[in-house]
Amino acid sequence: MFVNQIAVFLENRKGRVGDFARVLADNNIDLVSMSIADTKEFGILRAITRDNALAVKALRDAGFTVTSSELIGIEVEDVAGGLSAVLQLLDDGGVDIEYLYSYARTEANRAIIILKANNVDVALSVIAKNNIKILENSII
Amino acid sequence: MCNNCIDKMEYLSRDEMKLVQGERLAKVVKKVYDNVAIYRKKMDECGVRPCDIKSIDDITKLPFTIKHDLRESYPFDFFSVPKSEIVRVHASSGTTGKLTVVGYTKSDIDMWAEMVARCMRMVGCDNNSVVQDSFGYGLFTGGLGMHYGSEKLGSMTVPTSSGNTLRQLQLMRDFEADTICCTPSYAIFLAESMSKEGFSDRSEFKLKRGIMGAEPWSEEMRRDIEHRLQIKAFDIYGLSEIMGPGVACECEAQDGLHFNEDNFYPEIIDPDTLEPVELGESGELVITTLTKEGIPIIRYRTRDITSFKTEQCSCGRTLIRMNRIFGRSDDMLIIRGVNVFPSQIESVLLNIGDRVTPHYQILVDRVGALDTFEIQVEMGENLIGDNISAIQQLKKEIEHDMTSNLGISAKITLVNPNTIARSEGKAKRIIDLRNVVK
Repeated sequence: MFVNQIAVFLENRKGRVGDFARVLADNNIDLVSMSIADTKEFGILRAITRDNALAVKALRDAGFTVTSSELIGIEVEDVAGGLSAVLQLLDDGGVDIEYLYSYARTEANRAIIILKANNVDVALSVIAKNNIKILENSII
Repeated sequence: MCNNCIDKMEYLSRDEMKLVQGERLAKVVKKVYDNVAIYRKKMDECGVRPCDIKSIDDITKLPFTIKHDLRESYPFDFFSVPKSEIVRVHASSGTTGKLTVVGYTKSDIDMWAEMVARCMRMVGCDNNSVVQDSFGYGLFTGGLGMHYGSEKLGSMTVPTSSGNTLRQLQLMRDFEADTICCTPSYAIFLAESMSKEGFSDRSEFKLKRGIMGAEPWSEEMRRDIEHRLQIKAFDIYGLSEIMGPGVACECEAQDGLHFNEDNFYPEIIDPDTLEPVELGESGELVITTLTKEGIPIIRYRTRDITSFKTEQCSCGRTLIRMNRIFGRSDDMLIIRGVNVFPSQIESVLLNIGDRVTPHYQILVDRVGALDTFEIQVEMGENLIGDNISAIQQLKKEIEHDMTSNLGISAKITLVNPNTIARSEGKAKRIIDLRNVVK
C-alpha cells in the first residue's frame, strides 16, 4: 500500500551528493527517483531505490545520517492537468501535503506522484473513492 | 607494599599528614636550592631560604613554577641529579614545538608505580585483574605509567598501547580483560567500533571497569561511556611535569579524586591574584612534588581548574579529594567576554541524546570587533525525520540549550557522522582563529 523512501541528511559541503551517488553505485543499487530539499545550511535528499534496505545500511556504513519512511505513491495519466486534478481532489478532501515529487514513465505514458500527506488515512480514502491507482513498492 | 594490603598513608589524620608533608617539603626545598640553578635564582629573588621552610604551611612563601620554566630549561637544566642517576625520560609536546622533558631516577619509577598501583587498588583492581593498557606508549607518560603500576599490583598487564582498534577488541575479548586504561574519547571510539567491527554481543567481553584520563571529561561523558561499554569508568589524574598518571584517582565511590598527597602536595589558588582560595572554592590546581628526585617540582601551576571536597569520603580514605577537572585555564575560551569551557558544550550534547554524537568542534574567529562562535555537531546515524523542519527543530533545541548553559549564543552547524576527527590520544576540539595572522 505504501512506497518506501529513504531520506539522507546532507551537509552543505562540496561533493556530498556525489558521495551519496557513489555509495549507491559501489553497492550496485539502482536509483528510481530522487529529489533534494535544501536550506542555506543543509539539505535532505529523498530517494527511492530498487533496494532501500541495502541502501540504508550502505549509506550508514559510509557515514550518512539516514532514515526511511512510508509514502503514498499514485499513478495518473501523463497529460496536461493530470497532477492538478489529483491535487484538487485531495485538497477538497482536506488533505495537507507536506511534500511531493513526481516522475514520468514515458513508455507507458503514465506519471508517478510520490507524496507525503499529513493525514494518511484521509488521503487513502480520497484516493480509493476516486479510483486513483495506488502504487506499491513492487510495481514502482 | 603487598598486593592487597592497606597503605597507611591513605588513612592518616590531617595532623599526621601535615607532619609528613612538612618534613618532606623541607627536604625537597633544600635539595632544589642546592642543585638547580633556576630554583636558587627564583628563591633568592623572593628572599626565601630553605631554612624558612619548616612546615607545610610555609609552602606559600615559595615561588611558582610554570610550564615556560620547564620548556626554557630544555633538555636537562631542571634535573636535580646527575644524568647517571636518571633511568628514564618522558616528554610532552607543546604547541610551540619545544618539548618539556622530565627525568626519573630508579626510586622515582618505583614511587610512580606504587602510586599507580594505589590508584588501581582504589578502583577495585588486584593481582587477579587483566589490565589492557591502551594509553599510548612512548614519550607520553600514560602508557608506561599505567603499565608499571599494573605490574606492581601484580595484574596481568596487556600493553596494547593506543590504535589498531580491531586488535584491541579481539585481545580484550580473548584475554578476558576486566580493566581498560585509555582516554575517555578513545573509550567512546572503542564502543563505536565494537558494533562496527562485528563485536555486537557484549557478553563476549569480561570488561568491568575503565581507568580514564589525560583529557578533561564531564560527568555526562562518564555516564555515556558506562552505558555504552557497560562498565564503571574511573577518573585518573596526572601530568608529566609532576609524574604522569597516578597523581590522583577516584575510588569506587566515584565521588571526587583522592590526591596522593603524601607525595604530591595540592593547593588551589586564584589564577589572577595567585592567593589560595577558601577551602571548597574552585581555582587553579598547584602541585608540589614532595619525594621526587629526578625533577622535583615546586608549586607547579597546572592550569587545571578544580576545587577540593571538604567532607570525608565514604570509602574511609582520608586522602584529600578534588572534584573532577572542570576545564583548563588555557582551554578556557573567552568569547564575547564570557568564559566558556569545552566540558560545558560536551554536557549539553550528551543531554541531547543519540540524535547527535558527543563529538564536536568549536570554531572561534573574529569578524571586525565581534567574536564569532560556531559549534559543529555530528548527527547520529538515524535521521530524526524526513523533513526540513525536524532538523531545524533539533538545531534550535541545541542552540537554546547552549545559550542557557554557556550564557552566550553559538551558531550550531550539523555535520555528518564521523566527519569530526576521532583522537586516539588527546582530543583537539578547539580551533581559535582570533590570534592567527591572516
